[in-house]
Amino acid sequence: MTDSIHFSLDGKDVEAMPDETIWQVAKRYGTRIPHLCYSPEPGYRADGNCRACMVEIEGERVLAASCLRKPTEGMKVHSANQRASTAQRMVMELLVADQPARDIAHDSNSHLWQWADNLGVRDSRFPARQTPPPDSSHPAMRVALDACINCNLCVRACREVQVNDVIGMAFRGHNAKIVFDQDDPMVASTCVACGECVQACPTGALMEATLVDERGVGDTEGLTGVDSICPFCGVGCQLTYQVRDNRIAAVQGRSGPSNENRLCVKGRFGFDYINSPQRLTRPLIRRDDAPKRGDLDMDPKNPLSHFREASWEEALDLAASGLKTIRDRDGGNALSGFGSAKCSNEEAYLFQKLVRTGFGTNNVDHCTRLCHASSVAALLEGVGSGAVSAPFSAVKDADVVIVIGANPTENHPVAATYFKQAAKTGTLIVMDPRGMALKRHATHMLQFKPGSDVAMLNAMLNVIVSEKLYDQAYIDAHAEGFESLKKHIKSFTPEVMAPICGIDADTLRTVARKYASARASIIFWGMGVSQHIHGTDNCRCLIALALITGQVGRPGTGLHPLRGQNNVQGASDAGLIPMMLPDYQLVENDDIRQRFEDIWGTPLDPHKGLTVVETMESIHAGKLKGMYIMGENPAMSDPNVQHARDALASLEHLVVQDIFLTETAFHADVVLPASAWPEKDGTVTNTNRQVQRGRKAVELPGDARQDWWITNELAKRIGCDWGYSEPSDIFAEMASVMPSLDNISWERVSAEESVTYPCKAPDQPGDEIVFSDGFPTPTGRGKLVPVSIIPPDELPDETFPMVLTTGRQLEHWHTGAMTRRSEVLDELEPEAVATLSPVDMSRMSIEPGAMVRVSTRRGVLELRARADSAVPTGMVFIPFCYAEAPANVLTNQALDPYGKIPEFKFCAARVEAA
Amino acid sequence: MTESTQSVIKRGHPGKGNKRSRKTPKGRQVDPAALQEVQALLTDRPRRRDLLIEHLHLIQDHYGHLSAAHLNALAFEMKMAQTEVYEVATFYAHFDVVKDGEQPPPPLTVRVCDGIACEMAGAQTLLAELIEQTGAEVRVLRAPCMGRCDQAPVAEVGHNHLMDTNSSAVIAAISEGKTEQQVPDYIDYDSYVAQGGYKLLRECLSGQRTVEDIIAQLEHSELRGLGGAGFPTGRKWRIVRGYKGPRMMAVNCDEGEPGTFKDRHYLEHDPHRFIEGMLIAAWAVEVEACYIYVRDEYPAIREIKRKEIARLDAEGLLGNLKVEVRRGAGAYICGEESAMIESIEGKRGLPRNRPPYVAEVGLFGRPTLENNVETLYWVRDIIERGPDWFAGAGRNGRKGWRSYSVSGRVREPGVKLAPAGITISELIDEFCGGMQDGHRFKAYLPGGASGGILPASMNDVPLDFGTLEQYGCFIGSAAVVVFSDQDNMKDVALNLMRFFEDESCGQCTPCRVGTEKAVKLMSRDRWDEGLLSELSKTMTDASICGLGQAAGNPINSVLKYFREDIS
Repeated sequence: MTDSIHFSLDGKDVEAMPDETIWQVAKRYGTRIPHLCYSPEPGYRADGNCRACMVEIEGERVLAASCLRKPTEGMKVHSANQRASTAQRMVMELLVADQPARDIAHDSNSHLWQWADNLGVRDSRFPARQTPPPDSSHPAMRVALDACINCNLCVRACREVQVNDVIGMAFRGHNAKIVFDQDDPMVASTCVACGECVQACPTGALMEATLVDERGVGDTEGLTGVDSICPFCGVGCQLTYQVRDNRIAAVQGRSGPSNENRLCVKGRFGFDYINSPQRLTRPLIRRDDAPKRGDLDMDPKNPLSHFREASWEEALDLAASGLKTIRDRDGGNALSGFGSAKCSNEEAYLFQKLVRTGFGTNNVDHCTRLCHASSVAALLEGVGSGAVSAPFSAVKDADVVIVIGANPTENHPVAATYFKQAAKTGTLIVMDPRGMALKRHATHMLQFKPGSDVAMLNAMLNVIVSEKLYDQAYIDAHAEGFESLKKHIKSFTPEVMAPICGIDADTLRTVARKYASARASIIFWGMGVSQHIHGTDNCRCLIALALITGQVGRPGTGLHPLRGQNNVQGASDAGLIPMMLPDYQLVENDDIRQRFEDIWGTPLDPHKGLTVVETMESIHAGKLKGMYIMGENPAMSDPNVQHARDALASLEHLVVQDIFLTETAFHADVVLPASAWPEKDGTVTNTNRQVQRGRKAVELPGDARQDWWITNELAKRIGCDWGYSEPSDIFAEMASVMPSLDNISWERVSAEESVTYPCKAPDQPGDEIVFSDGFPTPTGRGKLVPVSIIPPDELPDETFPMVLTTGRQLEHWHTGAMTRRSEVLDELEPEAVATLSPVDMSRMSIEPGAMVRVSTRRGVLELRARADSAVPTGMVFIPFCYAEAPANVLTNQALDPYGKIPEFKFCAARVEAA
Repeated sequence: MTESTQSVIKRGHPGKGNKRSRKTPKGRQVDPAALQEVQALLTDRPRRRDLLIEHLHLIQDHYGHLSAAHLNALAFEMKMAQTEVYEVATFYAHFDVVKDGEQPPPPLTVRVCDGIACEMAGAQTLLAELIEQTGAEVRVLRAPCMGRCDQAPVAEVGHNHLMDTNSSAVIAAISEGKTEQQVPDYIDYDSYVAQGGYKLLRECLSGQRTVEDIIAQLEHSELRGLGGAGFPTGRKWRIVRGYKGPRMMAVNCDEGEPGTFKDRHYLEHDPHRFIEGMLIAAWAVEVEACYIYVRDEYPAIREIKRKEIARLDAEGLLGNLKVEVRRGAGAYICGEESAMIESIEGKRGLPRNRPPYVAEVGLFGRPTLENNVETLYWVRDIIERGPDWFAGAGRNGRKGWRSYSVSGRVREPGVKLAPAGITISELIDEFCGGMQDGHRFKAYLPGGASGGILPASMNDVPLDFGTLEQYGCFIGSAAVVVFSDQDNMKDVALNLMRFFEDESCGQCTPCRVGTEKAVKLMSRDRWDEGLLSELSKTMTDASICGLGQAAGNPINSVLKYFREDIS
């Protein structure tokens, strides 16, 4: 190591790496130098403002901040001589002068007080200043700037780490002050409550509301940390549950590969749903006097209006016998199971195994069908794998980033932080009909006409082909079908496409050129791309862009569908897919099926099963009679949901396993109280293909049980005897049948916390970037599939002149079953809302906050209107999480022919004042 | 199904249901009317973030304040976050940020200078009288040194500076509506050229002079940075030139050290001599762009610069060099070189930690030559008259000319071009006509508010870079303020510390908290000497920049030399 630097620290010869600071070297050698404004955590730039870490460097006039200063050869540094110690102590004494007394501190165990103890500073000889009043406006956090030391860690947290840009340091000198936006109350600001500032604050000036009392007094001592994974989105943030008396008191981000300590409002503050009084704690059996009805509404706080409590024995026996009766009478194909992407890999695997081996059918699916089924269809066809080609953290190596049909600041907030950081130095191109928070960070924002994705993307392909911006060498080596694409794309010129997609030809050319000619370009997409009847075609265009330009398989390049649920990748991998066995192995392939029949010791149905929407049709057709639903809520998530509810209500036998009495459970015969994520051990796989370990932090409430145990008990009762005794047994079996888990064992995931697949050896990290040398397709080449423009299924007309689009919201997860029962999240987004352009609202004389009636050919809702200039005119956006006004009453169940995904993103609607 | 048969779905839900949803997305929404107003003011100006302060001035000048709606609209227009705009706007004293629902300030503001020279000349009385005598349509504020200390006391009515003034003169200016800056007579482009101006620059540009020759002559002349740091100018040019381009240049015309007014003096009389020096520097160091940062207290100078630089551009003397005049907004700290760079970048004026030095990583992250106005002012004379003309001056073993800004209890205050190393006695007697009648020389500031206080007994110390440090003082920008037996040094020290407290950027603990605690401790009848000297030591040792490092000097000086004033 010729580059290392030798210098003297407190009389000892030490060695520094070229980029190390004095503080870092000192730490490595076991010398503790005080620090307040410096955080050694990833993403935090040293700022050198608190001056607690001052050291003396011989020959220099003044002391130096060791958190910033890099040593040079031969330098003589003193971190603890009298001059340095005096300054360190004096800085602390100056700060302590203005702190609230320790016995009424917001956190008497704060980083500041710990260092004050270390330096022997108990009180201060200086007179105190006048301090600002506290701000308790926010349900999740308490702001008490009387403890603020202006270290600006929260500013860096908000601006540089999370890039939310809400917190600032305003005013000057001793009047300098932390502010939200324009010194607004926190709750009235643009704060998205990621809580990064709270995690960063070294003094308790910013605290989790759960950790302080009404006076703002608190203490972080005595909290037990349990390392786990966030249960919400597909980013898969690692976190630590801080537990006190078997309750989660707070959540801290942990340095996982996908989040580097960052969390969002749901992950950090939305954990209290598990303590909701609405938790199911006893098995329930439907009362004889409570017949099922598709339009049944129930109060989930009072399940006994329609159910009675039962013992586990009785409930499991009834649940199993109902399924068994149908199977034995009508055959396995009269049964179906919906697993959940909210459950662990082990639970998902077990679930599909039960359906396939116990029910005897491939009728098993889950909400991936409603999210990225079209993406997976196109990816399997084009590149031979449905997973991402690179993690989202690859943006740091990209020059051009395209985000299309996704609103990551709402739906993948932590992934969005990486996009916003990348936008500071690179080119960010955002394509979406709706404006969004990323717009401010974007180099180009293409707000194209809803449903015109193919026109816009084909125009880009046209530019790349006609201007010869493609990578011929890459195509020659790795792609097929280029000649027919070339021919097909000729007529899709930007000039012809511009009026169709609403983006001018110059912009289309510019973004096409930038994407194609950058050293490294990467594409991210969400459900704005996939949830169309042309969703697969949309994805085919994206795949074509990457393949013809060679923007895949290298650092900073790739194709990344942002997965929705925390374990949608893992649940899909595990086989919760009607046409595929674990690891996407086709059920209709005899060899594959034979192999699984041998392993599982039972014959398997040779035909692919029904997808989610097809399942409802089959119930209506009288073919499908019994269902087992674990942790899914089709009564909220299916398109044209009244139709789905009617189907569920007409089932002969419905078993629902969940933690709450969901809208789906309203129609159940038996309800089995299950485990919430913080109550269990298991693995989950995030959007980056990272298999991660969740751990049990608290005990199950009442008589609720582990999901895997429940599935196992049902299996026993319908004739399967598996003999698993804990989740690790299940994982071991999965690893033996799933090549994707090669070299990944339960023990390894437990020890390393996160392992990426594919992985070549037990002692090597997995491959973050795949397809560096071809594709896992039959020919080894990526397949180019030319596509034409298909309009959305239901276009606006005179009666229904607007476009309804649905989606999610930052604070609420999916159908709201968990998040609406979290007090913080419920307070932040308390009721159903329809978002409209202020222009449309004033045209229709609708005041912001007034009630509106939204109707489509399938239903009518009334809900509150929100004016949002990000929404284009002619569009209404409704999140589908609100039970009181379920957006999916309105949506169109028309399907993409390949992915069988419904067109949630487009249908004709009418909006009027209610 | 037809829509007429459908009924509205109304259902219960699992939330608490005790709150209503927000009517708009989170936070303050952009007000379309405010956005239009901001767009109208910005016209086709670039929306680059380094222009934020310029844009804030546009709004402040037009509306007399910065409303929350305008700040939000400006943020939107510039693709910035609200808080990024707000924190900059609230940093600078000349921006009046008005929150939602608050009253904007009255249309006219009168600022009374309470710098030490004005304070000696009765600023507090003037301030009190004006507050008493003006109505609701006028706002009277105290303000830090306005750089006119030789004509104290000073008040600024709008942008009109009234010197050697009193309350009736200020009231008269208010009632007569005299609120615009007074542009003095100065040597304009044509007169300057007629006297041989820009000949040297043309010789440089045409290749008749070499860079090496110019730099060597500057080195030989021993010209040093006259903003206060005293770094050898020739060497600085050579260092910056040695870094890989593109390089930048920043000119410090933010003369704010209390007691200093020499830059203003030269710029109001002979601005082109400075500009020629600047353009020679830009040529020698081969910079891409040159930013002149002018303090907001010097509106006439800004006006002169903008006009004359436009003229130079028309004359073709700028070539490809981009020259921009940037307007400060009331922050002493922006005279610190790295804080000035931050301010030019449109940010709060926070000094940077060093290393890296601005010569290597400066404006927009580029190697940057930063020079003070007066330093550049002498370049032409040194080359034309030869370096020995400059180096040959000096007394008591020192070399060069110094422009001492003298104020306080002397008979003839003003800018005194005198040999470097002159003593205070010589300066008072030979250049200032002695002390004012009835005043006996007691003490002096050799270098403005920061440079410490020396007693009359030490009247034989050469005033130059490097000669005063042994006494806990320094020359800095050579702002000499003379005190007499009628002045109490404890009061003087408190005035200076209040200035530092007001002008601290607030970034680092020793300065932000230290100045605030020092003011509290120094306001007490009895000083806690032990604590104050401990505090002063830490401020000097641990502050990021010169402000905090020097802020303790008045404490030390009083403790050392003026014990009778605190006992």
